[in-house]
Amino acid sequence: MFLSDSLLPLLAAGALAFSVLTYVILDGTDLGVGILFMANPGDDERHVMAISILPIWDGNETWLVLGGGGLIAMFPAVYSIFFTATYIPLFVMLLALIFRGVALEYRDGASSARRRRLYDLAFIAGSTLATFAQGVLAGALLQGIPHDGSQYSGNGWDWLSGFSLFCGLALVAGYALLGACWLVWRTEGELQAKARRQARWLGLMTLLLAGAAIYWSGLVQPVLWERWGDLPLLTAWLGLLALLALGFWKWLDSRHDFLPLFMVLGAVVVAFAGLLASLHPTIIPPSLTLAEGASPASSLGFMLIGFAVLIPFTLAYSTYGFWVFRGKVHPRGEG
Amino acid sequence: MDVDDPALLVARIQFGLTISFHIVLAAFSIGLANFLMVLEGLWLRTRDELYLDLYKFWLKIFALNVTVGVVSGIVMEFEFGTNWGRLSTLAGSVIGPLMFYEVLVAFFLEAGFLGIMLFGMRKVGPKLHFFTTCMVALGSLFSAFWILSANSWMHTPAGFVIGSDGRFEAQDWLAIIFNPSFPYRFTHMTIAAFLATALMVAATGAWHLLRDKSNRGARVMFSMALWVVAVLAPLQILVGDLHGENTLEHQPQKVAAMEGAWDRPPPGAGEPMRLFAIPDMQERRNHFELAIPHVGSLYLRHNLSGTIKSLNEFPPEDIPPVPIVFFAFRIMVGLGLLMAVLGAASVVLRRRGRLYDARWLQRISVWMAPAGFIAMLCGWVVTEVGRQPFTVYGLLRTADSRSPVSLSFVTTSTLSILAVYLLVFGLGLAYLLRALRRPPEQGEREPEPGLRSPPVD
Repeated sequence: MFLSDSLLPLLAAGALAFSVLTYVILDGTDLGVGILFMANPGDDERHVMAISILPIWDGNETWLVLGGGGLIAMFPAVYSIFFTATYIPLFVMLLALIFRGVALEYRDGASSARRRRLYDLAFIAGSTLATFAQGVLAGALLQGIPHDGSQYSGNGWDWLSGFSLFCGLALVAGYALLGACWLVWRTEGELQAKARRQARWLGLMTLLLAGAAIYWSGLVQPVLWERWGDLPLLTAWLGLLALLALGFWKWLDSRHDFLPLFMVLGAVVVAFAGLLASLHPTIIPPSLTLAEGASPASSLGFMLIGFAVLIPFTLAYSTYGFWVFRGKVHPRGEG
Repeated sequence: MDVDDPALLVARIQFGLTISFHIVLAAFSIGLANFLMVLEGLWLRTRDELYLDLYKFWLKIFALNVTVGVVSGIVMEFEFGTNWGRLSTLAGSVIGPLMFYEVLVAFFLEAGFLGIMLFGMRKVGPKLHFFTTCMVALGSLFSAFWILSANSWMHTPAGFVIGSDGRFEAQDWLAIIFNPSFPYRFTHMTIAAFLATALMVAATGAWHLLRDKSNRGARVMFSMALWVVAVLAPLQILVGDLHGENTLEHQPQKVAAMEGAWDRPPPGAGEPMRLFAIPDMQERRNHFELAIPHVGSLYLRHNLSGTIKSLNEFPPEDIPPVPIVFFAFRIMVGLGLLMAVLGAASVVLRRRGRLYDARWLQRISVWMAPAGFIAMLCGWVVTEVGRQPFTVYGLLRTADSRSPVSLSFVTTSTLSILAVYLLVFGLGLAYLLRALRRPPEQGEREPEPGLRSPPVD
């Protein structure tokens, strides 16, 4: 009884959260590289940037598909409510993802420099818009969605608010920061130096915007903050974030050029964990709980077994896929 | 139904649109991945560089195809939430896990090894590279397995109970995965993917042979592809017949619509084979019917006088839109027969040693380049429109499956998707034809990301 009523939905939510977090970390980075195309207009630097993500972006995006498939399978009503409610930003995200994926793949085969610029424009717009839409989706979830427990009951526009748009903005800054740190790690020379400068600014901006978004979330959805009355937990959380921010600042210019990215990734994980902690036990705040939204135990068990058995393999060969293309990116067969 | 709820009609059009684009790409990916696996295997075995050149030639096509395939697939996965929320809420815990396993087992395998397959030849060496090609090919077949299982369950639901809140609840996963129509649909579709790809490859080979009969690469791909057609086209007719029998057992009104059979023939007369007719949904009969007596019984019942349950034996609100199913079925079967003829002709010419000389065969092959995909799309129209008016056959009506979203939302999203797809697929097709128009060469280039194509201006 205990197993089916509360543990299985919690494990399912854990599997889902893992998928979403992995998606944010991985695709956030390559979306960020797309956003940074904006600030790096040179043809050669863009070429290097594109190569650095070309072999991996497709796998990164698969985590989004896992999140979507996981949501319909594990929390079907939530899937239905959430995506009906966010109809417009969701389609914006999907179409933007198509644009950027295709632009990235086609740009190398462009028949002229002008055509390539056009693809790059589509790549920038697609990456930025997809990121912004993802932020809006997160904001729309946090501020709450009108529903009757099995269906969405709003007018289709309640996702739109100052808060959700602000979340979109914050996510654009955050992904761009991930992208800049990725470039610090994977490139060298002028492009790397430029990425360092960009990372500094973006780090500051992300800190401010994300901080403001967190504060704002407590205003639009007070239930999110109730948990944080627990002072030791809050202190630990803030302390961890502050340490990571300090580490980022200190090691941005270090020789170990993977460090800035890992500091930011660490911060993303900590921030995400905090978000989950404040949401728990709801899945759509303020009141729909994990247990209420979950599939029957027969479905959850079936999926969790597969998840537990298969994800280690997935992680192993995905990591191998990254490993094969390790090291600094060299354009035009220069090594 | 559609008149009462235009948003429902538009939502259906949207899903039909996205899945049609997607199915062509997905099937081409399945076919190409397996073709590439064979080519690389042949290269490793024979060490004949020709196979490596062909591999790299088709790898570029595969790269082009798979990207658009992936991003178009993501749209579909979310459409279940945006447009078909009610279906998702009620049946999500049964079909969702199958989609979830598709991602876990198939998509990751494909995507995880795709980067190495496309760009990693010089980094990992031939043997390991062949392994990645195999994984991508295997992933594409796994993907077909799981998504067709989910689709088939909606045609022939099994292994579940319906709860007090109307939601489907899984009871027996083996019964769900291997539901009654799944083995037939999976076999039929996998063969269709191979056939459609083979026809594209044959057409490409033929096109280059028409220009240069001595191009070895063109000869080999032409020959390989026509072997596939010669073997699979007749096999597909057999599998299609078995699939039809299964459908007759589980979805009789679909078969009645395929046949345009409104009334049961008098005893002993048997079912006719209707070559042409214009089914009329209002008057519930056919106009301009042209039929051969008894032949229908032969392929439906495998005797001369057997009959099937006719459309007028069902309540009017339970039958699918007959004309669409009727015509789509005839196009599919017609093209399938043409493929079988092409395959047979190639065998005859091969035995006479004239395979590369018969220019008429090459011209026909070029013309039949899209035949496999057209037949496949028609087949899907038959099976999906033929399932109407249900999403989960017999249990959940399409009209009760929709999300509570307004007509303007559904229309806007549909038009946006149409615009983006036309642009993206148009460009993709242009690139595809550009890549196919160049003959396969010695020392074919691979899609190495470090090597940029030389600037034109």
